[in-house]
Amino acid sequence: MSEHVQTSNGHTPLLEVTDLVKHFPVKSTGVVRRTIGQVQALDGVSFTLEKGQALGLVGESGCGKTTTGRVITRLYDPTSGSMKFEGTEIGQLSGRQMMPYRREIQLIFQDPYSSLNPRHTVGKIVGTPLEVHNIVPKKQMIPKVQELLEVVGLNPEHYNRYPSEFSGGQRQRIGIARALALRPKLIVADEPVSALDVSIQAQVINLLQDLQREFGIAFLFIAHDLAIVRHFCPEVAVMYLGKIVEIGSRDQIYNTPHHPYTQALLSASPDVKQAAIGGRRERIRLEGDVPSPINPPSGCRFRTRCWKAQDVCAEKEPPLYEVGGRNVACHFAEPLQVVQVPVVSEGATAVSPT
Amino acid sequence: MIGYILRRLVSAVLVVIATSMIVFLLFTLGPSDPAQRLCSADRCTEERRALIHQSLGLDKPVVEQYLTWAKGVFVGRDVSYGPGFSVDCPAPCLGISYINKEPVFPTLMERFPATISIALGGFMYLIVGVIIGVLAARRRGTSTDRGLVASTLIISAIPYYLVALLAYLYLVLKWGIFSETSYVPLTEDPIGWAGALALPWLVLTVYFCVTYARFSRGSMIESLSEDYVRTARAMGVSESKVVAKHALRAAVVPVITIFGIDFATLLAGTVFTEAIFGINGIGRTALASITQGDLPIISATVLIGSVFIVIANLLVDIIYSFLDPRVRLS
Amino acid sequence: MTTVDRTMPEPVVAPSSAQQEPFLVVEDLTVQFPTHDGLVQAVTDLSYAVELGETLGIVGESGSGKSVSSMAVLGLHDAKRSRLEGSIRVAGQEIIGASKSTLRRLRGNDVAMIFQDPLTALHPFFTVGNQIVEAYRLHNQVSKKAAWNRAIEMLDLVGIPEPQRRVNDYLHQFSGGMRQRAMIAMALVNNPKLLIADEPTTALDVTVQAQILDLVQTMQKEFGSAVIIITHDLGVIAELADDVLVMYAGRAVEHGPTKEVLTHPEMPYTWGLLGSVADVVSDTSKPLIPIPGTPPSLLNPPSGCPFHPRCTYQDHVEGSRCVSELPLLRPGPRGESHLKRCHIKDPETLYQEELKEEIMG
Ligand SMILES: Nc1ncnc2c1ncn2[C@@H]1O[C@H](COP(=O)(O)OP(=O)(O)O)[C@@H](O)[C@H]1O
Ligand SMILES: Nc1ncnc2c1ncn2[C@@H]1O[C@H](COP(=O)(O)OP(=O)(O)O)[C@@H](O)[C@H]1O
Ligand code: SF4
Ligand SMILES: [Mg+2]
Ligand SMILES: [Mg+2]
Repeated sequence: MSEHVQTSNGHTPLLEVTDLVKHFPVKSTGVVRRTIGQVQALDGVSFTLEKGQALGLVGESGCGKTTTGRVITRLYDPTSGSMKFEGTEIGQLSGRQMMPYRREIQLIFQDPYSSLNPRHTVGKIVGTPLEVHNIVPKKQMIPKVQELLEVVGLNPEHYNRYPSEFSGGQRQRIGIARALALRPKLIVADEPVSALDVSIQAQVINLLQDLQREFGIAFLFIAHDLAIVRHFCPEVAVMYLGKIVEIGSRDQIYNTPHHPYTQALLSASPDVKQAAIGGRRERIRLEGDVPSPINPPSGCRFRTRCWKAQDVCAEKEPPLYEVGGRNVACHFAEPLQVVQVPVVSEGATAVSPT
Repeated sequence: MIGYILRRLVSAVLVVIATSMIVFLLFTLGPSDPAQRLCSADRCTEERRALIHQSLGLDKPVVEQYLTWAKGVFVGRDVSYGPGFSVDCPAPCLGISYINKEPVFPTLMERFPATISIALGGFMYLIVGVIIGVLAARRRGTSTDRGLVASTLIISAIPYYLVALLAYLYLVLKWGIFSETSYVPLTEDPIGWAGALALPWLVLTVYFCVTYARFSRGSMIESLSEDYVRTARAMGVSESKVVAKHALRAAVVPVITIFGIDFATLLAGTVFTEAIFGINGIGRTALASITQGDLPIISATVLIGSVFIVIANLLVDIIYSFLDPRVRLS
Repeated sequence: MTTVDRTMPEPVVAPSSAQQEPFLVVEDLTVQFPTHDGLVQAVTDLSYAVELGETLGIVGESGSGKSVSSMAVLGLHDAKRSRLEGSIRVAGQEIIGASKSTLRRLRGNDVAMIFQDPLTALHPFFTVGNQIVEAYRLHNQVSKKAAWNRAIEMLDLVGIPEPQRRVNDYLHQFSGGMRQRAMIAMALVNNPKLLIADEPTTALDVTVQAQILDLVQTMQKEFGSAVIIITHDLGVIAELADDVLVMYAGRAVEHGPTKEVLTHPEMPYTWGLLGSVADVVSDTSKPLIPIPGTPPSLLNPPSGCPFHPRCTYQDHVEGSRCVSELPLLRPGPRGESHLKRCHIKDPETLYQEELKEEIMG
């Protein structure tokens, strides 16, 4: 389990997740619908997040990123495990007990088109959390909403418009304003820019970073785009099939990845700035697809696609070992041997063996 | 696949059983007392009525009555309405008529071929509707297409019986384009059979095909804009084959589903058709028994109708699973 | 406007000149859609060429006209609902205004296309094998048996395990990566000379994307075909394409050899794209440099330079030319092969001396 650096310092982290498990029952299709298996969407995930920090969650689709975000915001109930928010266990709280924490933990969704009610004005969308939690007297609602719109870079005069009158990037800003309304301490951003065009992505990322600095909000930043996660998060966790396979600082993960999956993922993502200079990092090609989370492989879940796999990988599930400063769940964790990444420009960090 | 059909079959049977219970309940809890109906008006005394009441088992708990009735459906029973008055009602026994005191089921079966013959028109309107819809989808936006959409709206605003009645008045009585012939069974005289049914079929088809033309048009427009249709074109498939094979295959699925759901409408249409064109089918019999308050016949027709709706939906599900492998293979 | 008005399709190019010109030539292509809201000017004055064995990457934001322009190459636009001008020649054969049978013979045979989402791009009701067989038999007079063998061979070629069994599967029984492989198998079944891949990996995960891009490259080497790869991901272009064409609001705004364009970009929109993307090497303490605003409506494209409402470099151009005058797609200071559409006099110096550090940081 992640003996994470900060936990041992004796202070309380903002969010401390230990051994979080979320299984979805699979029903048979017979006349009587029995449970015939479990989708092991999350299977023992642990991490900590400090106040005002950003932790990135990367991995390919279906690895459990969204499920993690939804369990933490209690949209799903955890199957087991512990989630401590500022020291309070929130995994088992009832709906009413959870109320004060809902204020503190907000979610930004991936799809700026379906996450806003098309029949509500922007003012209503952004104002609803304020109303539900009785934060602002009715009279001050409009000025408060306008203030929020201004913060996220929208025209405050537009509070009477409907989502359909805004572009994708602007809608994502509305979603951000709604999440900000309650001044949360933690925002779970689930692929907040994946649906946007590159030029708009940068606008939204910069906005999120400004807000983070200004209000000291911590982020659990979920994305499949490795480069965006690297840009946003000083700490990064790589997930595969419901588990964290490697977690560490940005430099540890991107410069000296130790888990074969992290290495493969990095080598597979095309990177314009690297390629522009003519060099391309090592080519690792994984074979096949991610196995089913209903019947994950024994031992190490990555072993069916791993070029390093030995017998032990099928027999024993690797715990998160501390290797080279980060935690990595691999029996053969080590930096990549062959590295051919050219130094791009001054100040740039190139991959080098440790 | 077999599992899927079995599953659908089980739920179909459950639906029929549930319907029979509801029909039975309505029947027993209904306002009219069967004993009163069976007790001949001229010499009905209170005692006689009570005796009939008792013989029919109406004093027993409803559950027991239902079980007796249900048993009769499978093995037949004697329906006794008072001492000395008993009718042998062989399986499947759906009760006896109040009017002629005969078992209901054989009476209805005699009428059955006529009803089925009319209902065949349903398949004609389905096919004609799909063809028109496909043609309209290909000419989307043209005046033909707009004409079709407009006529659908107009026709669906007029009740079916009015259309049927007008057709009868004008085409038969006034202009004599169709002669007034009575129904003859197919086995006796195929030409006479078709001749008698020509007008009912025509009216059914014209009235209902527009609805299906509209469904099919929408469904076809949608499937013509699917990515896989674009792929087929990009691979060099000819336009006619794109339409007839790639797009149509996907477009008929929702239309057939609607046909299954809408099957009751076809049955209702059949009832009016029989009444207006004077064809002695189940529907006409049912209408007559409503005026006569012959409850057993009414409830038996409801039950038979519901069995047909269930069978139609079962067939639709099976066809659906043949058309869409995602249903079959999941 | 730079175009000569070409409302009439050009006559088919004589075979002799077809020998010399590249396999695909697109000249002054304009595609417009009349709609209720007005005329959508999806593609305007687009010109490019692709040689056999070469890969052209087309990059741009969504709605910039990438798909519309490439579908025109196959003559896939409904003549009743679109207006096409200019000339598209495939091996010398004019496409615009070509007869249905000419187009049919070309589609899937000389030119094949791969689409973004394999789940919707293949038919859910027919087996994968059935669809490949159909594609093959459209252009080859062979027995069903032979066609099935060919389908199995193709599935094997694109790396689908157990092709004999999988050929009878339906699409939903395939995983995402295998679906795209099946799509590629179908596209390549007739050995096309030009393969157009429209966002072939956008719907896929990175490790699967890498497999598919490798496959496209291998296939291209094997068959020596020309490839157009359409994407919004500059990284994919950087890895795969020999030439890159940057599109904005339906127009080409920069065009040249990939490495040249990416290392010496000369157009503010390209600078914007490069500054917007995060990457895995640069200094994370520097913010991304977004392009302000949103792409323009193609119903009412901006006057002058289509990029001017979002361009932050107009002060490098004298007067208000950016607003009033459409810049032509012309060679910049670095030679004939590198074209850009911008009024800035010396973009190379501006980029290398002032912007590179910030953008590529
Ligand atoms: N509500 C649900 N019911 C059943 N399975 C689910 C549900 N939500 C997610 N899953 C499954 O859990 C796994 C993880 O999904 P998700 O967290 O959405 O992954 P990611 O966000 O990383 O793409 C997937 O296999 C997915 O199919
Ligand atoms: N059939 C059509 N009718 C009207 N507008 C269209 C049609 N097809 C595409 N467009 C418009 O043309 C523009 C270019 O689209 P497209 O080529 O698909 O962009 P992309 O670069 O994302 O592939 C978009 O604004 C789109 O809305
Ligand atoms: S022409 Fe003007 S507006 Fe257009 S890109 Fe160049 S500087 Fe910017
Ligand atoms: Mg997700
Ligand atoms: Mg596109």
